[in-house]
Amino acid sequence: MRQQVAIIGVGQSAFVRGYEGSIRELAFEGYKDAMEDANLTSRDIDASIICSAPEYDRQRTPAGLLTEYLGLNPKPTFYIESVCSSSSMGLRVAYSLIKSGLHDVVLVLGFQKMSEISSADSQERMGRGADIMWESPFGTMMPAYYAMHGRAHSVKYGTKEEDLALIRVKAASYGSMNPKAVYRKEVTLEQVMDSDVVSTPLKRFDCCANADGSSCIIVAKGEKAVQITEKPVWILGLGAASAPLNMTGRDSLTGLSVARDAAREAYEMAGVSPGDIDVAEVHDCFTIAELMAYEDLGFAEPGEGATLIRERQTYAGGKIPVNVDGGLLSKGHPIGATGGSQVRTIVLQLRNEAGPMQIKDARVGLVHNIGGVGIYGNVTILGRG
Amino acid sequence: MGFERFGTVSFTSTSKVDHFVDLLDQGRVSGTRCRKCGKSFFPPRADCFNCFSAEMEWFEITGVGQLISYSTLIYAPTGFEEDLPYTIALVQFSDDLRLFGRLSPEIKAGEIKIGMKLKATPIKLPNGRVSYEFREA
Repeated sequence: MRQQVAIIGVGQSAFVRGYEGSIRELAFEGYKDAMEDANLTSRDIDASIICSAPEYDRQRTPAGLLTEYLGLNPKPTFYIESVCSSSSMGLRVAYSLIKSGLHDVVLVLGFQKMSEISSADSQERMGRGADIMWESPFGTMMPAYYAMHGRAHSVKYGTKEEDLALIRVKAASYGSMNPKAVYRKEVTLEQVMDSDVVSTPLKRFDCCANADGSSCIIVAKGEKAVQITEKPVWILGLGAASAPLNMTGRDSLTGLSVARDAAREAYEMAGVSPGDIDVAEVHDCFTIAELMAYEDLGFAEPGEGATLIRERQTYAGGKIPVNVDGGLLSKGHPIGATGGSQVRTIVLQLRNEAGPMQIKDARVGLVHNIGGVGIYGNVTILGRG
Repeated sequence: MGFERFGTVSFTSTSKVDHFVDLLDQGRVSGTRCRKCGKSFFPPRADCFNCFSAEMEWFEITGVGQLISYSTLIYAPTGFEEDLPYTIALVQFSDDLRLFGRLSPEIKAGEIKIGMKLKATPIKLPNGRVSYEFREA
């Protein structure tokens, strides 16, 4: 069970604002990084899964374009979309292709060039990741939905805006160490608290940075993995869930049911519990999203998430280090590339190759990747050999 | 056609529940109820996922709901700039009946409280458009 499917190569482009190139060149950067990491050539790849959110590109059916550019023809390829969790869903499908025996080595490539459109247009398009018939006509956008969760959490549990700001301060401190991050400056609590309000109670610094980027994960059958690499990282558990897209289908806004459901499944499959996780990547598209993740993943009891960050337990050296690569908040959030980048971070941690961000003796890591406002949830648990 | 008149900007031209907009014109905010199994829906829908029936009847949302959560937008997506600032909200009317919409601008920022009692009221917007908002009950 534990050594059936492994990650044998990881890569990503730098996450940047306004990438000076087309999506094919952007995709190539993450691809090349992963292929060199695994020491493979395009002939070694049996199938590829291309992941992004399609509304940013003029290119229709990007899997066709990208596999041509990456040299992956004539092997099969197809496209997976679950907005911000697209590449985690791609990893799930890669796992099943390998477990089914159809393929031995599968490549998962996530990309997004968000700068193809303006920031306001981007908000409008992302807002249409909600119910376009019954919610979008009111002028919704992603920060506003997460802000509603932040408000609900603060009224029920007493979480303060300063608690959320502390999460941004942490993200920025690690983003400053990450050469791939779009936002590499440290920020102070005052800077976060003084930043412009976007949608009450969330401020500009509570929101992740839009970015252009690509990520690539190469997955292989166990027997093959140990032939290719001396440092395979094993997929121990996979969980996935969905929830109503329209907020009227949610009975609580203090957490995300998809995260709880996916986590339960992943922990059970991996045979581990929250206390066994040495390092985690969570989907901090907004500061409140990271706080809810602490609770949804079982790192804290419901309502106790703020205590973790106040006590700095999610810093390196704390009880459960979270997003020690800067997270979506500082590393950046190029939608389709994000899940693969989170997986890359955990793989580097488990291989003891995370440089200044390394958590000592990390053996089991977790990735929490959410699509939309908790429409899709993926939790992946990885372990070193 | 019919649904293009709903809200500040509608992204849907037509559906099988366009009658919702006619009912707003008549001063009623409505959901649908399955005639076969009795399940109630908001947003209104044409098909029952519970028993697969397409026999729906309209019912008016007349009761008083409670505010679950809200947020006031200071920045808006493209097409909504003129409306700023505005407050989106989720309101619970019964165990499995919740409405999403905007709070009335008549409710001042300092008066908004989670749990406050609200009712859904149809409103007319410029250029023949219609919507609903939540007002203090």
